[in-house]
Order: sequence, then structure tokens, then C-alpha cells
Amino acid sequence: MAELHVELVAADRKVWSGAATIVVARTASGDTGIMPGHTPVLSVLETGPVTIRTVNDGTVVAAVHGGFISFADNKLSILAEVAELADEIDVARAQRALDNAQSELDAHAERRAEVRLVAARGLKAA
Amino acid sequence: MGAQLRVYKRRIRSVTATKKITKAMEMISASRIVKAQRAVAASTPYADELTRAVTAVATRSNAKHPLTTENPQAKTAAVLLITADRGLAGGYSTNAIKQAIALSARLRAEGKDVVTYIVGRKGVSYYNFRNLEVGGSWTGFSDKPTYGDAKAVAVDLIEAFTAETGGVDELHLVSTKFESMLTQTPVDARLLPLKLDEVTLSDDKPAKAEIFPLYDFEPSAEGVLDALLPRYVESRIYNALLQSAASEHAARRRAMKSATDNAGELIKSLTRLANSARQAEITQEISEIVGGANALADASRGSE
Repeated sequence: MAELHVELVAADRKVWSGAATIVVARTASGDTGIMPGHTPVLSVLETGPVTIRTVNDGTVVAAVHGGFISFADNKLSILAEVAELADEIDVARAQRALDNAQSELDAHAERRAEVRLVAARGLKAA
Repeated sequence: MGAQLRVYKRRIRSVTATKKITKAMEMISASRIVKAQRAVAASTPYADELTRAVTAVATRSNAKHPLTTENPQAKTAAVLLITADRGLAGGYSTNAIKQAIALSARLRAEGKDVVTYIVGRKGVSYYNFRNLEVGGSWTGFSDKPTYGDAKAVAVDLIEAFTAETGGVDELHLVSTKFESMLTQTPVDARLLPLKLDEVTLSDDKPAKAEIFPLYDFEPSAEGVLDALLPRYVESRIYNALLQSAASEHAARRRAMKSATDNAGELIKSLTRLANSARQAEITQEISEIVGGANALADASRGSE
């Protein structure tokens, strides 16, 4: 099966890298799925979960805040200021952050916390 | 114990205590250099990918952006100076400050007003003590900067740069480059407006030398550039902060190593002095006893 190489990089570390069959990310114009052989693309990411379907049918979910993806030569780079893998996310802390953000009416923080929760739960469900 | 000997003993004790402290600081710094270097290495993949992306947009489209537009009549220049929060790091902060002062003088000679922004308490206190104007300052993270810190600095600076009125036309960055454990050099570079032809990757190769595929830009080349350039500035500042932090630890380690060595020397010479003082005391006591005994013997012989 065709596969593409994925590098998920945060500003201060490399979060994940490996081979995948499809990657779904939330870009400025909506959810975009990237499969092997996609046309070269460079697009801006929204705060949202990134789902990577690995070659051995595993799923990697990460919460990504701000950044962009670039795809060329079957190599996909996901760059984010902050990126957390679902199993790294502290659900209790994210829930607290969400409650704080809701009480302080901070829409950005609320969205970030929501995405973290979605990413963490998404993995549990799968 | 004689007075002289007591003074020497006391000084030896105090120097030994100081030596213990400097030795501990030396070892702490040594371990932190490694961590700081690892942080620099960990941030390189992001910085390189970002540089490639920015260059790709720049070469594949003619998009214009405020952050890359040169103002031919530049009147004000901002200087971002990165120093340490704490002292005892040898010439680390002083060298960076000197570099910034020289750069400011150069900019003033070109007829520009200079606004200084400072990271680190040492730089802030230097400028405040001399009543020099400071445009803004950030403290408390010089030895372990995070990306959030760099972002906070970058947001303010980009705002100053893009302000319609009263903003700055150029942004220069003075930081300390970590060359090796022994060499750290203060460097200055112009950060804004960006010259996209000159951006380089972490290994100093120009990013332009690579050939980029024909990307589809989403939402548009301008939109991508809009999102990328501030990130690029942030990542440059983050890298400068990390390099400076590594340099700070290296400078502190070296300063503390020579302090430890000097304390060792001092203890050695003080011990010699204390030994000879003790010996002199003993000699004196013996001669006093002998003298006393002789006097007694003389006196008793005289009475017989």
C-alpha cells in the first residue's frame, strides 16, 4: 500500500514521525485529508485535532494549536507552535482549562482546551 | 593560638566555604549547558521546516507583506538585547550589552532613533542605572526560555513594527551565539524587515539553494505568508533565546571554574602562611622557655 512519511513537529520538539496512509487535519478552509501522491500543498492550520492513520492500521491523534502543513514528494510536515499527542494530554487538566476559559469568556483558550479534550477522548473511543 | 594564626585560619574557612559554592555552581551550569544545547537541537527541525516553507512561498509567488517591505526612509530602529537574569557569569551580559551599545551608536550615526528592548534583568538594570530609555523589557526566563516566552516578546515587537504611527522601521537582534563550550560570541543581526533572499537554514546553507515544488497555497499565497512570517520571527527569537541561554550557562561555568581554581590557590597560600605563623609561634615559645630557664638558673647561681 502506498504510504507517506509524516513529521509532526512542535516549536520545541519533534512530536511524532513515521509512515502513514492518510492524515486528516483542520486547515483554514476546512478538514483536509492528505493521502500519498497528493499534489504539493502548503496550508495554514486551525486549532484542531490532527488524525494520522498509520500503516499498521493504528491511529495517532494529536491536538495542534496554530501552525501549517506542507506536503511534497510524499513527505508531509505538520508544524505547530504547540502539539500534544492524545495520550500525553492530561484530561483533568484540559477539563479545568476548559472550565476556566468558559468562566473567563476566553474564546481562544476555550477552543484550545476543547480540542485537547476531543483529541484525548477520540483516542480512548478508538 | 596566636592572633595571626587565628586570622589565617578564619580566612581559610571562609574561602573554603566560597569554594564549595562556586564548585557547586560550576557543576550545575555544566549540566544545564547540556540541557540547553539539547533544547537548541530540539528546536531545529521546526525552524528549518519553517525557513523552507517561508522561502518556498517567497520564491513561488510575488506576495508582498508588511514584514518584508523595506522602508527607504527608516527613521527609528528597535534593538532587542538578550542578557542574563543573574550575574556571576563572567563577561556574558557585559559583552552583549557592549555589542548593543555599539550597534545603537552605528544606527544613530545613520540618523535613526534607537529604541531598546531588553530580555534579562542584567540588561534592564544596566540601562536603568544609566537612565537610558528602554522601550520594553521581559525578565525571568533567561536561563530556560520556552516558546511561549519567545512568542510574548515577538508579539510586542511585531506590533511595534507594524504600527501605523510611532512604530519602528527596523528591528535588530543582539544575542550571544553559542559556538562551543569555550567560545560564545555576541552577534547582531537585522531581523525585520526580512530579506527573504538571505534566510539560511541551521547549517548556514542558504535556503534558496533548494528547489521547491509547485505548492498549492491554501487559502492563498498572501494568506500563508501572513500566517508564516510572524511564526518565522518568533522562531528566530526563540532560537536566539535558546542560544543565549546555552551561552549564559557556558559563561557561568567558566567563570565559576576560574573562581574555584582561584579559591584553591588562595587556600594553598593561606595554609602556607598559617603554617609558618604556627611555626614562628612555636619557635618563640621555645626561646621564651629557654630564656626563662636560663634567667632562673642565673638568678639561683647568683644567690648561692
